[in-house]
Amino acid sequence: MTGFQSILLLRHELLLIVAALAIIVVDLSLPAGKKTRIIHFSLILFSVVFLLSFFPTKSGELFGGSFQGNQLTGFMKDILNLAVLIVFLQSGGYLRKKENAHKMAEFFVLIIFTLIGMDFMISSGDFLTFFIGLETASIPIAGLAAYDQLKSRSAEAGVKLILLSALSSGVLLYGISMIYGATGSIYFKDIALKISSSPLIILGFIFFVSGMGFKISLVPFHLWTADVYEGAPINVTAYLSVVSKGAAVFIFAIILFTVFKNVIHIWENVLYALAVLTMTIGNLFALRQNNIKRFLAFSSIAQAGFIMLGIMGTGGLGMTTVVYFLLIYVFTNLAAFGVAAAIFDASGVETISGYKGLYSTNPKLSLVMMLALFSLAGIPPVAGFFGKFFLFTSAGSQGYFILILIAVINATISLYYYLGVIKAMFIDKNDQPVAAFNSSVTMRISLLICSTGIFFVGFASGIFEYIMSLSSMLF
Amino acid sequence: MSILSLFVLVPVLTIIGIMFTAGLKGTRIVAAVGMGVQLLLAACLMFYYLSVKGAGDLHEMILVSDYNWFPSLNIHYTVGVDGISASLIALTAVVIFAGIFASWGMEYLPREFFITLILLATGVFGFFISLDLFTLFLFYELAVIPMYLLIGIWGSGPKEMAAMKLTLMLMGGSALLLVGLLGLYFYSAPNGGPYTFNILELAKVHMPYEAQRFFFPLTFVGFGVLGALFPFHTWSPDGHASAPTAVSMLHAGVLMKLGAYGCFRVAMFLMPEAATEMAWIFIILTSISVVYGAFGALMQKDLKYINAYSSVSHVGLILFALLMMNQTAIDGAILQMISHGLMTALFFALIGMIYGRTHTRNIYEMGGLMKVIPFLGTMYMIAGFASLGLPGFSGFVAEMTIFFGAFQHQDLFHRVATILVASSIVVTAVYILRVIGIFLLGQIKHEEHLRLQDAKWHEKLSTITLMIGIIGIGIFPLWLSNTIMGSLQPIIDRLTVYLH
Repeated sequence: MTGFQSILLLRHELLLIVAALAIIVVDLSLPAGKKTRIIHFSLILFSVVFLLSFFPTKSGELFGGSFQGNQLTGFMKDILNLAVLIVFLQSGGYLRKKENAHKMAEFFVLIIFTLIGMDFMISSGDFLTFFIGLETASIPIAGLAAYDQLKSRSAEAGVKLILLSALSSGVLLYGISMIYGATGSIYFKDIALKISSSPLIILGFIFFVSGMGFKISLVPFHLWTADVYEGAPINVTAYLSVVSKGAAVFIFAIILFTVFKNVIHIWENVLYALAVLTMTIGNLFALRQNNIKRFLAFSSIAQAGFIMLGIMGTGGLGMTTVVYFLLIYVFTNLAAFGVAAAIFDASGVETISGYKGLYSTNPKLSLVMMLALFSLAGIPPVAGFFGKFFLFTSAGSQGYFILILIAVINATISLYYYLGVIKAMFIDKNDQPVAAFNSSVTMRISLLICSTGIFFVGFASGIFEYIMSLSSMLF
Repeated sequence: MSILSLFVLVPVLTIIGIMFTAGLKGTRIVAAVGMGVQLLLAACLMFYYLSVKGAGDLHEMILVSDYNWFPSLNIHYTVGVDGISASLIALTAVVIFAGIFASWGMEYLPREFFITLILLATGVFGFFISLDLFTLFLFYELAVIPMYLLIGIWGSGPKEMAAMKLTLMLMGGSALLLVGLLGLYFYSAPNGGPYTFNILELAKVHMPYEAQRFFFPLTFVGFGVLGALFPFHTWSPDGHASAPTAVSMLHAGVLMKLGAYGCFRVAMFLMPEAATEMAWIFIILTSISVVYGAFGALMQKDLKYINAYSSVSHVGLILFALLMMNQTAIDGAILQMISHGLMTALFFALIGMIYGRTHTRNIYEMGGLMKVIPFLGTMYMIAGFASLGLPGFSGFVAEMTIFFGAFQHQDLFHRVATILVASSIVVTAVYILRVIGIFLLGQIKHEEHLRLQDAKWHEKLSTITLMIGIIGIGIFPLWLSNTIMGSLQPIIDRLTVYLH
């Protein structure tokens, strides 16, 4: 492989490193009164990075197999880039607040660094690279969660995240060490050949799933989620619930489908139980939430349960449905968070009861929120319906009809709380609704991107077929 | 681009058109024009169907068009109609057209109202033209979800509760349905090859009996919830009572038939063995629906509740007839779908108009209205007579056919069930006549009722449209019966193979 091709293979990571460094340097050179310019600079720079990353390339390996690049991982990274771009577009209002005047650039830099970690994680060819990527992603996230460091909830969120993250990484590493002990290799390819259902590997696998379960916030490893989501600034919460979770799901699926391919009978049972628990508990807790961030936290836990159904499908179909669902999830969840952020920036309201009568004052935001919630609930004709339907199809392809039944009953329960928000916005009367306001241009662009995605990703079957063609080649 | 896709395209274009209007006047005109075009299309479809069949076309479905939407999963957008779906499309077009005129004076958020209402209709039309279970399911859910907003925002009474109850029960039903449809999909290729959602393809495959036993109840109950199958009917009285007029019309008139049509076209047609084996369970449940609904209607004081329970009873009769699984009974069931659709839409339209004048739906607070609003009163009486099955109206034709069909079964179980169900006709007569006697005839109870105005032009247009259908079917039942009969044969053939 020539040098240029290696660079191409690493294009996502290299571009992000350049961007992060450029933001630091430019921020240093900006005069004191004009620091807000860094927001525009970062947005433009990141858009360029996003576009450049689409450069087509072949598959290949680097560093003796530690780094694997192919079109599917490239597509996954593009999805993450897109999500981060939307988060950046939505963060302007938050960063312009007075208390953030001295730390605007750090927001972008920290997020880009976590993204680099995630990209390496997705492309990893062995457990070492995987673990380094994971840790690179984890530590800056704690900093982001504690971004409002003077607010005790935010500081608490940061501490909670870093402590539990360290614990789960330890558990994960322990599991990896057992798998290494049983197979004598850390390379995915070697392990896949030597894997068996010996007790040590089963134990190692359970530790591995526990560690990943924490990152994806599967029940019973979800306890940190609601508190951290509530304490962190809303844009960081959006980032955590979409990008951080998405990356973890991607690598989890890749490792299951490649490394543990030959011991499906072990992990399918484990995932079955996790999926049922995650959907049900996430849903039941979401029923009673009034804070919009906690609400979306539990809703995203429940969504993670649905994603597990896609993974149950294994192989090309399973991978496709998971990637496809996450692409839709990016648009959907970020639309919901975007509206929540816009309302919070303008009025400080972050409770569902505070949204009462929103349609009378802010009809467009209410409509975007309704679209997003319908998409989360899986109502046609928006994209969420297609995403969920295909996840169920994936589980059905392996004959898990009882699991699908549990899932669809959960989907019906979830409708209750999604409709609850819609009821607050459209039906309930309120003497003092959130006053009418104009959100920033960047926020509007981000919501436009999200709404377009929600409307068209489902109907445009070409996207699904494209992902299918990419993943059928690999699995 | 197929002709049938127009039935989805026209409502969508109407919705887009409404988005660019402002105020009640512009909005309702766009809506009326759009749905008028739709009504014309439906009429053309009926005539085209009859002329094609008259010329000796033997295809099961006509105007079939197919687009491979998700090739890797073999999910298609396939449309086509037979006599049954064509007549139901015509019914829908009539009811939505009448519904637009019944909500001519919708003052609160008119633009949003008409958009949501037509979105609902889009789902219904899409459902009836779909031959692929994926799109069928997509349109089915699309027809259900706008109900939440329509009842929640524009309803009356305990509307939030009613809207939530209705939506959750119907979506719960569609959740069961989804499992059933995936089951059909994954058992569609016993000899390898791609799976399919296409109804006509699925009908050629024999699904293993064990699988049918698991998936048939899920699918039947899934659709049955929308058909107000006992004990899943409780959404219906609350939902219909709280919904605004046009929504009650569309929902009782058309949406409940979606459930019955699905039970028949998907559950029974594609899983005939399990249907035959399990029919007795559902015959018992539907018999309860019929009798219980009739007695429920007898006990109510609110006009809307009376008609909601009456709908439970009548739609129960449709499901009952379908489960009899012979040609006469199923023919009657389809006639009843259309007849009841028109009749109940007329009832709800009239109730909405009367309520708009008297501001009460309690029959004991009204009386002698026949004297002050003779047009609406006469219409209500005619609808009532049609509903209790008086000859000359559509209800008579449908119910007679159903009971003839049901009596063809010789065994004790079917006989007892049929006699029980047939006895509900008497109860129907009692509650209809009771209502008419109390609130239309007799003395005027309130002074201010003397000053009521009779129907305006748009109300007359709305009710007369429906009335033409009711009397038309009553006098020329063969016209509709022939349309349906030709399409029934392949279905009956498939069902009767397993019947003995």
